[in-house]
Amino acid sequence: MKNYTNWRLRIDRWATHIVSVGGIGVIAAVALIFFYLLYEVVPMFRAADAHPQAEYQLQVTSPSPVLHLAVEEQGEFGLRVTVRGELQFFSTADGATVAQQQLPLPPQSQLTSIAGNDPDRSLLVAGLDSGGVIVFKYGYRVRFDGDERVMTPYVQFPYGEAVIDVAGSKSISAVAIQVEDEETTLLALAESGELGRVRFVAEESFLGLEEDVTAKPVIDSLGTVGADVCRLLLDRMQQYVYVAGCNGELSLYRLNDAGIALLDSTKVVAGGIRVTAVEFVSGTYSLLVGDDSGRVRQWFSVRNQQNELTLQEVRDFPVLPGQAAVSRIVAEQRRKGFAVLAADGALGLYNTTARRLVLALQVQPLLTQLALAPRSNYLLLETAVGDQQFWQVENEHPEISWSALWEKVWYESYPRPELIWQSSAATNDFEPKFSLSPLVFGTLKAAFYAMLFATPIAILGAIYTGYFMHPRMRGWVKPVIENMEALPTVIIGFLAGLWLAPVLEANLPGIFSLILVLPIAVLLLSLAYYALPRRIKAWVPDGLEALFLIPYVLFIGWACFALSGPMEAWFFAGDMRSWVTSELGLDFDQRNSLVVGIAMGVAVIPTIFSMTEDAVFSVPRHLTQGSLALGATLWQTLSRVVILTASPGIFSAVMIGLGRAVGETMIVLMATGNTPIMDFNLFSGMRTLAANIAVEMPESEVGSTHFRVLFLAALVLFALTFIFNTAAELVRQRLRERYSSL
Amino acid sequence: MTGRMNTLKKWYSSGEAAIWLSGAAVSVSIIIVLGLLLLIAVNGLAHFWPAKVGAFEYRPSADQVVQLVGEVRDEEVVATDRAQQAGEWLVDPSQPTQQRLLLKVGNRDLYGLDFRWVLAGNIVATAYPGDLLVIERQEWGNYFGYLKSVKTGDGEVVEDDKARGVMSVAIEKALNIRDEIHGIERGEIGRINHAMERQRLKKRRLELGDRLDAESLAELARDRGELDAKYEVLQTKLALLYGELNRDELVLTDAGGRVTVMPVGNVVRAYYPNSFSLTDKIGFYGAKIWEFVSAEPREANTEGGIFPAIFGTVVMVLVMSVLVTPFGVLAAIYLREYAKQGFVTRLVRIAVNNLAGVPSIVYGVFGLGFFVYFLGGNIDQLFYPEVAPAPVFGTPGLLWSSLTLALLTLPVVIVSTEEGLSRVPRAVREGSLALGATKLETLLRIVIPMASPAMMTGMILAVARAAGEVAPLMLVGVVKLAPSLPIDMNAPFLHLDRKFMHMGFHIYDVGFQSPNVEAARPLVYATALMLVAVIVIMNLTAIRIRNSLREKYRGLEQ
Repeated sequence: MKNYTNWRLRIDRWATHIVSVGGIGVIAAVALIFFYLLYEVVPMFRAADAHPQAEYQLQVTSPSPVLHLAVEEQGEFGLRVTVRGELQFFSTADGATVAQQQLPLPPQSQLTSIAGNDPDRSLLVAGLDSGGVIVFKYGYRVRFDGDERVMTPYVQFPYGEAVIDVAGSKSISAVAIQVEDEETTLLALAESGELGRVRFVAEESFLGLEEDVTAKPVIDSLGTVGADVCRLLLDRMQQYVYVAGCNGELSLYRLNDAGIALLDSTKVVAGGIRVTAVEFVSGTYSLLVGDDSGRVRQWFSVRNQQNELTLQEVRDFPVLPGQAAVSRIVAEQRRKGFAVLAADGALGLYNTTARRLVLALQVQPLLTQLALAPRSNYLLLETAVGDQQFWQVENEHPEISWSALWEKVWYESYPRPELIWQSSAATNDFEPKFSLSPLVFGTLKAAFYAMLFATPIAILGAIYTGYFMHPRMRGWVKPVIENMEALPTVIIGFLAGLWLAPVLEANLPGIFSLILVLPIAVLLLSLAYYALPRRIKAWVPDGLEALFLIPYVLFIGWACFALSGPMEAWFFAGDMRSWVTSELGLDFDQRNSLVVGIAMGVAVIPTIFSMTEDAVFSVPRHLTQGSLALGATLWQTLSRVVILTASPGIFSAVMIGLGRAVGETMIVLMATGNTPIMDFNLFSGMRTLAANIAVEMPESEVGSTHFRVLFLAALVLFALTFIFNTAAELVRQRLRERYSSL
Repeated sequence: MTGRMNTLKKWYSSGEAAIWLSGAAVSVSIIIVLGLLLLIAVNGLAHFWPAKVGAFEYRPSADQVVQLVGEVRDEEVVATDRAQQAGEWLVDPSQPTQQRLLLKVGNRDLYGLDFRWVLAGNIVATAYPGDLLVIERQEWGNYFGYLKSVKTGDGEVVEDDKARGVMSVAIEKALNIRDEIHGIERGEIGRINHAMERQRLKKRRLELGDRLDAESLAELARDRGELDAKYEVLQTKLALLYGELNRDELVLTDAGGRVTVMPVGNVVRAYYPNSFSLTDKIGFYGAKIWEFVSAEPREANTEGGIFPAIFGTVVMVLVMSVLVTPFGVLAAIYLREYAKQGFVTRLVRIAVNNLAGVPSIVYGVFGLGFFVYFLGGNIDQLFYPEVAPAPVFGTPGLLWSSLTLALLTLPVVIVSTEEGLSRVPRAVREGSLALGATKLETLLRIVIPMASPAMMTGMILAVARAAGEVAPLMLVGVVKLAPSLPIDMNAPFLHLDRKFMHMGFHIYDVGFQSPNVEAARPLVYATALMLVAVIVIMNLTAIRIRNSLREKYRGLEQ
């Protein structure tokens, strides 16, 4: 017998352990949600990281100063172009030379300037000190040997090996080249200030075969643009030319077939400061201007009131410690970011949209040349004599900062700073716009209109149900309303989008008149009923007013909608919709906040209703009876005793309803246009946090900034509903304590 | 006058106004709920009732008269000048308003669109000819027209009266052949495909383990040969059946006289709606409802049935309840019976209540990131290296959807079970302990049976909520059209990695992502009706159980 008891006790102990583990496990799983969301969001705010991977000296045949440095896609090889015209391909692991080629320069000539096309700079143009330019293209042929990748560099001369004679025989101080579709334009600026242009017009043979396409250079001169030019830039569309003078004068020219025309010219630095580096941001829309005080500023062209293009300073960036002169700016190829190398060896990685210094490093001051890998994951630095450092960079989410998420940002091609959510587009040099403000605004707007519709109806209805209603009627009204709560929001949403929105649009005067007329009509009915003699009133049992009001309300509703057509014809010239657009100046969408307010209100009413009704119903009987015994009317008891006692419950119900309205997804998805705009207009749509997540999450790249910003949106939603629900829960627990004493 | 003012003042202070206003609020709520349900019911049920199809003589302009055939689907009233501004010619422009009718004219392959707005005033003549034929087709929607003759496979042409009979026999035969084809394709060829895939994975597994030698290669080749041979046999059989299917042809004319030759294999159903008797209509109605519930969708989900969606919802909900009930009950038992009641348990209860209020899309996001990509990705790496790079569990699917919804409905089960456990009177518990039972025995034999109705309520409420949640499922496993059901005759029979269809998502997809919203609208209402009916029934059951439970234990308390 004792053994059996021991066994039972042992099983009991085991059970305690298992249940405890299981119980705690389940609760922990639920807490996991919050921590997982945090885990996915935190990497966005972490600083970037960079560490040197290799340091070596290149085996150069003759040390000549390097003019241009580049790293290829995989980060395995680099290219170095010297002033003598030597092209050296080397391995970034140890500096071993992989291939070498000499450009066919005239004897005793040296290169003075070099430029490449946007974004990958694979087509390069170099200016010679003896005049003219030479154009060449390089790349890597990839072959797969079994599972191994073998890359062989090559150099081509798509426009011929000969030096192109442009801008006379003076030394070329600056060049620029761009390729777009079939058109290539090349600009060369001579020391004298003369600007020459070469266009390559593709000539197809009769048969249209690719190999027979020849490009003939068409050379012309574009006039003089001034001396002491620091940088010459041509945009990708080959329509705008930027000339940056070292004294701080930046000029914007329009380029067309005939020539150039000056659009705007402005001083970009204060007097006495010299411009030291100018570079395009990827996409060739914005310019970065670095000067000798260590400052870097972003400029781009904006249309002013007269619809003319003018140069505007958009933002400036945090200065690197040391405030030494900017010696080099290199832009990232595929993102809106750039690297800055200062004269004292300070190196900074920045992002333009987020106005953020992502990483600040200190390297040897002798390292004067800088190149970024196309994927922005490697950095190559070189001294003037061939010592190189190869760094690995981890910079996954530079576009995010507090200002990028919540403040107005001046995006490229916008006339002023705005709050915009536009997470992706079809092109590669798109500037992602991750402002959460329009989404939060949309969420609050939808919740506001929903609560505006739902709260009066739910609270008044609950007060009636809990206080005035006949018990038999309460017996079936409560389940009906609880079933309303169980209705899937998909169904409410689809009815709102497919049925309610067209009906409202066609009957706008009807719905507005209904909102005004219904309370007045009910009050009139109440007055009429009150004035009836007592004999007739004795026929109607108390507490059934709601039942008799159903046909009355239906009748008023029908009347308002039936009169909507004539009202529209009399007051709004037959079309209230265009009246709203023209007279009130408001945009009108068919699926707008009015529809969402009503639909989400319908979804939220049962939540608020049941909790308020519980609160009103559980006000202790002796309080109401005491009040009535002291001579107060039903109404006085209601307004001065019951509602005050039930007010914590009512508050908590409204909070929970608000939490539900904020998190609603399907209704918003189906009943609005999902446009992330920020205005209070009743007739325009919105995009909420929840609907945004539902729409964009399945299509965002896993682990990207977009992906993590969506997690941040989920976290914001979680936080909002957490605040509302906790407030409601605390109030409810205090209420329980207070009632226990009553 | 003063008498009236007095009445007014007395009325105001008596508070009658408040009573009537708040009563009106209740009326509005009741009207909204019942109106919603009525709207769905009427539109949903009406979808299946055979409507009369009219033949209209229509004058689109002064000198043209066209013959139109179609069902009237909708009507609206427009101002006459709006219509004239739009370029419409009106028979009677003296009226201030014109009525427009939305006609479903079908024949999308002939006309390009299957819906058309016509002005009612311009209709010269209307008739409902008894020989007007409606054909539901596999593709291109409905056909409205007249039967001219039937060409049988042996070249015989049957006309007029006898054609009807021959047509129905031919259609019946074609439908049977189609069923057979379906059976072969889904069942037998499906099995062979499954076996071939298993073969390929086996080979890959051997490759990865460096165990692929001549012997195993030979064995694999042998098995593959067997499967190929079986497949050949089935292929020839299928080719024969397909040939049989389209042997007979129908020669039809539309309203304007255009002749169409339609192979009988295209026909799903053909009927003469204008010559239906009441029994015919009821029979048709029943057949359509059965098709809705049991058939698969056609035409990008705008026609046919929703069986895969119903099946998918049911399977997912079953898997979810298998997951949520034990864990929810376990957590509730721990909270109430084993944990020390104090600050920590209060915190946990607050947390559980909070989680009931968290938006469902947040669960979806968590499910996608943690379950699908993290857990699923790791499972793929550890257990399915041979399937790489195709994901098995590292992609949204049935398991992760059920798990996400289980997490979502966990608070419901916990709260409901806790309520049930709290209603068990202490006297009963203490009596059991006094008689020498251990805590576990008391739980298993006394407390849990008494609380089981509450647990069942919790489970039913959880199921009802899960059946209606769509937002998280959009991220973790539901698709517009699933190629196969999650349960089939191939091992492992319940495929937890498959994507599935869901009724709620079906409503969203068909209503808003469909290429032909007008045609799809009645189907959306019907699906909504089905979903609402299921959920309302489950909720009413749960409420009944809960109320009877409350009554049962009211006497035992205090």
